[in-house]
Amino acid sequence: MTVVATHNYLTGLLAGRPAAPATPLAWFNDLRAHAVDRVGAATVPTTRDEDWRFTDISPLTKISFQPVRAMLALAAADIGRFVLPEAGARLTFVDGVYAPQLSSNDSTAEVSTIAAGLGPYGAVMQNHLGRHAAFENNAFAALNTAFLNDGAMIVVPRNVAVAAPVHLLFIATQPEAASYPRCLVVAEAGSTVSLIEDFVSFQDKAYFTNAVTEIAVADNARVSHVRVQREGAQAFHIANCAVSLAHASRYESVSVAFGARISRYNLNVEQTAEGAECSIDGLALIGSTQLADTHTCIDHGKPHGVSRQQHKCIVDGSAHAVFNGKIMVRQDAQLTNSSQSSRNLLLSAKARVDTKPQLEIFADDVKCAHGATVGQLDADEVFYLKSRGLSDTAARNLLTYAFGAEIIDRIPVASLKHTLEQTVLAQTSRLS
Amino acid sequence: MIYQDGKTLLDVRGLRATVNGIEILKGIDLTVKSGEVHAIMGPNGSGKSTLAKVLAGHPAYEVTGGTVLFQGANLFDLKPEERARAGLFLGFQYPIEIPGVANSQFLRLAYNTIQVERGKDELDPLEFDDFVREKMKLLEMNPDFLDRSVNEGFSGGEKKRNEILQMALLEPHLAILDETDSGLDIDALRVVAGGVNQLANKDNAIVLVTHYQRLLNYIVPDYVHVMDAGRVIKTGGKELAVELETRGYDWVSAEYKAGAGARA
Repeated sequence: MTVVATHNYLTGLLAGRPAAPATPLAWFNDLRAHAVDRVGAATVPTTRDEDWRFTDISPLTKISFQPVRAMLALAAADIGRFVLPEAGARLTFVDGVYAPQLSSNDSTAEVSTIAAGLGPYGAVMQNHLGRHAAFENNAFAALNTAFLNDGAMIVVPRNVAVAAPVHLLFIATQPEAASYPRCLVVAEAGSTVSLIEDFVSFQDKAYFTNAVTEIAVADNARVSHVRVQREGAQAFHIANCAVSLAHASRYESVSVAFGARISRYNLNVEQTAEGAECSIDGLALIGSTQLADTHTCIDHGKPHGVSRQQHKCIVDGSAHAVFNGKIMVRQDAQLTNSSQSSRNLLLSAKARVDTKPQLEIFADDVKCAHGATVGQLDADEVFYLKSRGLSDTAARNLLTYAFGAEIIDRIPVASLKHTLEQTVLAQTSRLS
Repeated sequence: MIYQDGKTLLDVRGLRATVNGIEILKGIDLTVKSGEVHAIMGPNGSGKSTLAKVLAGHPAYEVTGGTVLFQGANLFDLKPEERARAGLFLGFQYPIEIPGVANSQFLRLAYNTIQVERGKDELDPLEFDDFVREKMKLLEMNPDFLDRSVNEGFSGGEKKRNEILQMALLEPHLAILDETDSGLDIDALRVVAGGVNQLANKDNAIVLVTHYQRLLNYIVPDYVHVMDAGRVIKTGGKELAVELETRGYDWVSAEYKAGAGARA
């Protein structure tokens, strides 16, 4: 594939961009215009790019995905199985378009669409939107930003603790559709909030989700973030999430990837002040010919930062999992305490995983631990279960389930945790 | 206890086994009848634990000779899980930790598997919870251990209690307890031994694999077998264990070698 062709591909996606809504905010229009420029200058990454070495995204370019023209009418009953009773607000997006009839909002946080929030929260948004998820050199983040319109905005006022999670439900219904989910979370000083992003599908044809999430966590604030990627089997899912942590703030993330033909999740967490903490857990459970790629970067910029990360992959069939976990400890970030673990379970001879812990440490008084393992199920564990009467299949399924359940267990929303446990159980029973 | 009408549960004849091509068991003979408690003792590397694992069907060991009948049927025709369902139980020397699987879930799965095999009803989580809590009292176990991952972060003593709890749930016909006393302090040993004694009856049998006579103060064996270099070199009553405790194993080996010389 030539550079010219991929260049044209991205601008071809832009062509489907709806007309800009009349908005008086110059900064917003400028942001989008700048993003359009960056898309024009960008090319689709190839495996010659170090960041995309293992992930060949070229199958994406076979179809010119376009935003939907007419939204499929869904009834509340259609989405019943995705509803989380714990949630205080649910914003539902169907093929990227906000669906008010499938949404509800009793949250004590300020929750709205980005379009609706521009008036009342224009100043807050100007400070954050597009400021965390850099798109200068990121074609997909630029593309998403060029489409900025709908999306979710969550602003948590100072010292407000929002008990009920905010649930963002993204539903794919139409083949060859492109959607550009966008989410901005601003947790002001001392506040607490939980965000759930759930990507689901009602179809198994090819479509394209290109999401960007920005999360700004102010001093002493705390954000919990659950991300569930259960896209359709032929979907392309590309997502960028950027988190900025201020003084003594905390970010806890659990992300799971079950779906999509090719998925790529970039998570960048920047600790911009002293004493910030993050815990990041990830699980990819894939089979057949799926590819799931997770790239994370935890950037310790200031002293006394803490990070803990565990990423697991369960790979069956001829699927391929990729994990690249970068930990940056800058010169200023003395007394950083960081741990990272990448554990991978290969269930078939053709399954493949590429895992790369990447530590870059410029401070001299830090504690950084990391480790990566790739393997099959432990024979002694299998024997232990069989010695208690479990069949070989039952024993293997249980152990595979357990491997994944350790991550699912960290999801702080009981109903979602239960649903996903059942998914893992069903998946692992099917795998072997 | 030895019963005149005890049924033969286990009949081992000339059993040979290797691991990685190295012969560990070099012709074992052992007969265990219902109601009996056997102790298998011997120095490190004598093959005691190998015998236990071979009988349970551990895949690392290859049986190269001899026969084993379990309740009259060829044991080696059965897969490990089939042996368990037929009533053979191995209490592990080093119980395996399984992060992510709740102990209650594991115990119920094992229990129900055996129940189905015996044509009995399975228990749902609530019914099982009541049932297992009763059994835990026998071993003075804290019910919190139900909610934790299987053996994960358990102390040595807690792991061994969990093994005997499984024995209590599965009600095996033959329980082989591999070094159940290792890693136990004296209080835990008393509790675990008490649990085993309560589970012993005239229809089942217990084989204790142990280094030390200490355990046998609490679980009194009918027979004590001494293993050395892959063979049973001496069999006696419970008094043999006491003698081993004071005199060590060397004299048994010497006696056996002298006897072997005389036999040759």
